[in-house]
Amino acid sequence: MTETSPASRAYIAGRRGHFDAGAVLLTILTVICACLWFFPIYWALVTSFRPEDETVKSMSVLPLQPTLDGYLYMIRNSNLAIWYVNSTIVSVSVTALVVLLSACCGYAISQLRFPGRTALWWMILASFMIPVPALIVNHFVIIAGVGLVNTHLGIILPMLIAPVTAIIYKQFFDSVPKEFREAAVIDGANEFQLLFRIFLPMNWGITTALAIITFIGAWNAFLWPFLAAQDERMMTVTVGITSVQDAFGVYYAKLLAGAVLAGFPVTAAYLLFQRRVTQAITLSAGIKG
Amino acid sequence: MLKSRKSEVLAAIVLAGPFVALYAWMFIYPTIQMVHLSFQNAPLIGEGTWAGLKNYTKLLSDRTFKTAVWNTAYFVLLTVVPGTAVALAIALMVSRLNGWFQSIILAMFFVPYVLPVTVVYILWDWMVNVQFGVLQPVIALFTGKPVNVWRTIPWFMPGVAIVTIWWTNGFSILLFLAGIRNIPKEIYEAALLDGASRTQVFWRVTWPLLWPVTVLCLTIQLILQLKIFDQVYLFSMGGRTQVTMVMVQYIFEQGFQRNNGGYAATIAVALFVIVVAVSVLQLQAARLRRGT
Repeated sequence: MTETSPASRAYIAGRRGHFDAGAVLLTILTVICACLWFFPIYWALVTSFRPEDETVKSMSVLPLQPTLDGYLYMIRNSNLAIWYVNSTIVSVSVTALVVLLSACCGYAISQLRFPGRTALWWMILASFMIPVPALIVNHFVIIAGVGLVNTHLGIILPMLIAPVTAIIYKQFFDSVPKEFREAAVIDGANEFQLLFRIFLPMNWGITTALAIITFIGAWNAFLWPFLAAQDERMMTVTVGITSVQDAFGVYYAKLLAGAVLAGFPVTAAYLLFQRRVTQAITLSAGIKG
Repeated sequence: MLKSRKSEVLAAIVLAGPFVALYAWMFIYPTIQMVHLSFQNAPLIGEGTWAGLKNYTKLLSDRTFKTAVWNTAYFVLLTVVPGTAVALAIALMVSRLNGWFQSIILAMFFVPYVLPVTVVYILWDWMVNVQFGVLQPVIALFTGKPVNVWRTIPWFMPGVAIVTIWWTNGFSILLFLAGIRNIPKEIYEAALLDGASRTQVFWRVTWPLLWPVTVLCLTIQLILQLKIFDQVYLFSMGGRTQVTMVMVQYIFEQGFQRNNGGYAATIAVALFVIVVAVSVLQLQAARLRRGT
């Protein structure tokens, strides 16, 4: 990975011989830290596969009598399946809408000349500052006003505010060479063809990255779905798994089985698309990756 | 020329229109309504009466509000700088590794970041469960007896802060890793050829070059943690919430549990002002730094 000139490489190698012990120690320390950091997740997995009486009796490294009872119980006796459906509907809709709306808006600001363009751009930039949790009361008033409390749409609407996504699209569209646009315009393409046939496909990678991070964010959203879904059958998984606790008391194998199931889709999304998640995060912080 | 301009405006309306409409409906309108509501004596849903500055004078003498502001500040203090320092340390450790080994170690540090807050809550509630928690023997080493972390006031905020650092640090780790990757290799080579030690390389080369990323992490964390709600709410469920109250939680309590929409909006305005002020200060500071 590191490319160095031969002379310095020889020199560094020489020094490495000297420093080897330190480097090995540092690596060992890193592995120990990583294991400690990961331990709570490991412990949750182990506990979720224990029989309920074992969770309070044993702290063994692996379940002594591995079982799926916790998972089966959650699937059969709670609304987990319904919450999963709700979470999927909400997260997929939020992701699709955020990406589509932001791409269109980013394209307009980047490529089109229209009155109010600069004002719109500054407004989107300024909205970084607005703390969305401060708006919960008024979001609820609005959503209740149109009769959308306890509906998927009511949960989705306030989650569609995504200035960062629009900003990133605008910046990426800015860097598409002008020649592409000019050539396509001469060929008689309209703005929609330009956006959907040229600009979006050219930036497919960034769309994937933004979609994944938006999906993870929507799946994990707590505060607003918690307020907007008061009926247990409208809850998302993220909100729902805490209501199980109220109902069961202390049944940790079941609780943790529910937690593992709730965390599974987002963890899988991350593990499958590690590079894209990294890209989206560094971009959202304003670092060009 | 004129014709193409007109079609451009039309296309802009169609493309940016939905975003702008939604933005106005879900962002600008509620912001204005929030200020309006803060001057009213109103329930959460339904008509209110004009109250003038009454909510604001009440706010100034409200002890729970003071507690909420103090707790929010305390939480910020416990998470922002310590969290960023931990993230930097982890990023430095991970950046030394290569290939698949690096990917695995990084994933072990990063995975908590993608988990829902309720999962994090259930995990840690179990970890420190006063009877069966796997961490209780460790806690007992220091205190001599098990501690009910979420029900013991002095332990509560530090506990939530540690969990928060564990949960949200992945974000800062990635930023630091990107920062470290952007440092030209030649600088390290030169430093090593000059016979600099590992610690010298860190303090004289890595750290100064990572300073802009550090500032970025600190400001992002600061603004994020001012809006703390989820973890504090979850861990304090069933406990004495008045003592561990944070600002967003107080908005929630007044608005949704006590049905004081007007007063909740007043608290929201206070939070709003604090967050905007911090953001503006940070932008000004960034501009000054760039100017010099």
